[in-house]
Amino acid sequence: MIRSHVLICGGTGCTSSGSLKIQEEFTRALEANGLSEEVKLVQTGCFGLCALGPVVIIHPEGTFYSRVEPKDVEEIVTEHLLKGRVVERLVYADIGEEEVAESIANVSLNDTAFYKTQKRVVLRNCGVIDPEDINEYIAMDGYQALGKVLTEMTPDEVIQVVLDSGLRGRGGGGFPTGRKWALTAPNKAPQKYVVCNADEGDPGAFMDRSVLEGDPHCIIEAMAIAGYAIGATKGYVYVRAEYPIAVKRLQIAIDQAKEMGLLGKNIFDSGFDFDLEIRLGAGAFVCGEETALMTSIEGNRGEPRPRPPYPAVRGLYDSPIVENNVETFANIPQIILNGAEWFASMGTEKSKGTKVFALGGKIEHTGLVEIPMGTTVRDIVYEIGGGIPGGKAFKAAQTGGPSGGCIPARLIDTPVDYDNLTAIGCMMGSGGLIVMDEDTCMVDMAKFFLEFTVDESCGKCTPCRIGTKRLLEMLEQITSGNGTLELIDEMEKLCYYIKDNALCGLGQTAPNPVLSTLNFFRDEYIAHVVDKKCPAGVCQALTNYKVVADKCKGCTACARVCPVGAISGKVKEAHVIDTSKCIKCGACMEKCKFGAIIKE
Amino acid sequence: MKSLAELQAIKEKMQNKVALREGSGEMRVVVGMATCGIAAGARPVLSAFVEEVANNNLAGKVTVSQTGCIGICQFEPVVEVYEADKEKVTYVKMTAEKAKRVVEEHIKGGKVVAEYTFAAHNA
Repeated sequence: MIRSHVLICGGTGCTSSGSLKIQEEFTRALEANGLSEEVKLVQTGCFGLCALGPVVIIHPEGTFYSRVEPKDVEEIVTEHLLKGRVVERLVYADIGEEEVAESIANVSLNDTAFYKTQKRVVLRNCGVIDPEDINEYIAMDGYQALGKVLTEMTPDEVIQVVLDSGLRGRGGGGFPTGRKWALTAPNKAPQKYVVCNADEGDPGAFMDRSVLEGDPHCIIEAMAIAGYAIGATKGYVYVRAEYPIAVKRLQIAIDQAKEMGLLGKNIFDSGFDFDLEIRLGAGAFVCGEETALMTSIEGNRGEPRPRPPYPAVRGLYDSPIVENNVETFANIPQIILNGAEWFASMGTEKSKGTKVFALGGKIEHTGLVEIPMGTTVRDIVYEIGGGIPGGKAFKAAQTGGPSGGCIPARLIDTPVDYDNLTAIGCMMGSGGLIVMDEDTCMVDMAKFFLEFTVDESCGKCTPCRIGTKRLLEMLEQITSGNGTLELIDEMEKLCYYIKDNALCGLGQTAPNPVLSTLNFFRDEYIAHVVDKKCPAGVCQALTNYKVVADKCKGCTACARVCPVGAISGKVKEAHVIDTSKCIKCGACMEKCKFGAIIKE
Repeated sequence: MKSLAELQAIKEKMQNKVALREGSGEMRVVVGMATCGIAAGARPVLSAFVEEVANNNLAGKVTVSQTGCIGICQFEPVVEVYEADKEKVTYVKMTAEKAKRVVEEHIKGGKVVAEYTFAAHNA
């Protein structure tokens, strides 16, 4: 008889920090202690707190163990599972500074700083169910929405509910989902398709991966609902091959759904047929753009094509399609079950519901969070994200990856929704949120994203192929100390030219990181070209290492570690760095115990 | 899948199995499982509770969990029943048989089995 469930995170983050080994260890320890019959091991999707992985939750107590190592497992089994004593040293119980729990064993997960401001709609099953077991999904109201739609609602009613909910595309564009469906539905073409875009390509973004890994059935259910609404009988999930766990679990889920008759012919005896297939992408960023994605599904080289014709008229195999992002689909079953009003009650006036963000960069709790629209950047970074490591100052947050822009510190109280972000020249994007602290050079950051777009440009249109390359060269000139004020103006002009003339979304948005940093951090660009200094001390060509004579004790540690012999000086006397020899590796600064070496 | 009823049946069958993870049971049965408790026979008591709760489809309402030493080792196995807004009930010197009766009368019926309580033994 099962009395306890041990949930082990099997998301990509925890898997790479060793959760599979932990699972093996649990299996062994439970066996050794004669508990195999009483305790069930469940491999789930992502819990969100990736920074503290591997993560293990034990129910019914709901104890949250973080940074579990294989050697800890024996103790958890013999202490917690056998004797009921929580292993306190491994418990994550950060409930914020103001409150102190009387016993950390009593802290509920939902009260912890990381979880309490979150609202989990899309991620509600992630980290709760076993994604490889359709029955667990059904236990959590799974496929109820599909049943309701097929037996009680007309396609028009379904579209109306989605329209009323105010749901907007979570891939970044923010186009109203209901409107997209309503555009495709009236088309009388003999074949239509539903396409799920799981080609998550922004550096640092992993929202869609986590949903597919943790709750694959909700995507299948939502796509079938969309199929019914628009009159499509076939769907494709386009997912990148770099997501092997997501692909595997999705395939298992599709097979289980087919076996149970939740995909296939005559679902719920309603006469509705729907079938689903996975298409693997080779990882080209441009394939996340909807027209390039369709071209790739058709078996061609992933290149965008001009619109119109829009996909709602002529998309995949010349047939009309509805194409939505993973997170958009993940909202659908809940909207159908709980109603449009419920969904519209969350969020802001024009951005309803929640948004999942992948927190990364200079932040304490790297991981996956879901917040109601309208939560401020401050709350995301400091409340949920646990602030910036080492007490450094927040400088900016980049949203929307290489297509987006940055939110500077002075706008940290901006409520996050589609319109607010657009208003400050930023964009919602698909949900990557990269936090930067005072040590980040904004010019260097823009250069990083431009390097990415130059690599990923498909080359079909000239503004993007040549324009982004030239833009990158200009940024390189600036960071190497060869920039001029005229060059900055020239660069800005080129940005607008690319924006106006590129063929697809990738090219049109590629200059955004440059424009947004120019807008908020122009002084940094000016410092690079006029003073020939990098204020953050990142751009090597503009940085020199120097010994502060007052602080130097003459211990010779720096001189010994310097790989090029650029440091000279006598024992117990201040040392000197020869800047003509220095290769700026920073080894001396790391080695110095007295803080006597500085960058400037 | 041919009907909503069919789906509902799977859901109900499965709900008991995942209810453990919901963690919001209205009632909590806590079995003392420190060395003293285990030595006095707490394991079969715990199993009996888990089994009875499941057999009676109470998993959504009742959480069975374990704790360390409650501090009255001479009365082990000790079981405590917590319910919102009510006094905690402490049962002592429990056995699997007694556990069944507690589930039947107290958890299902709402009537404390007075003769098994700490108060009765300590009188």
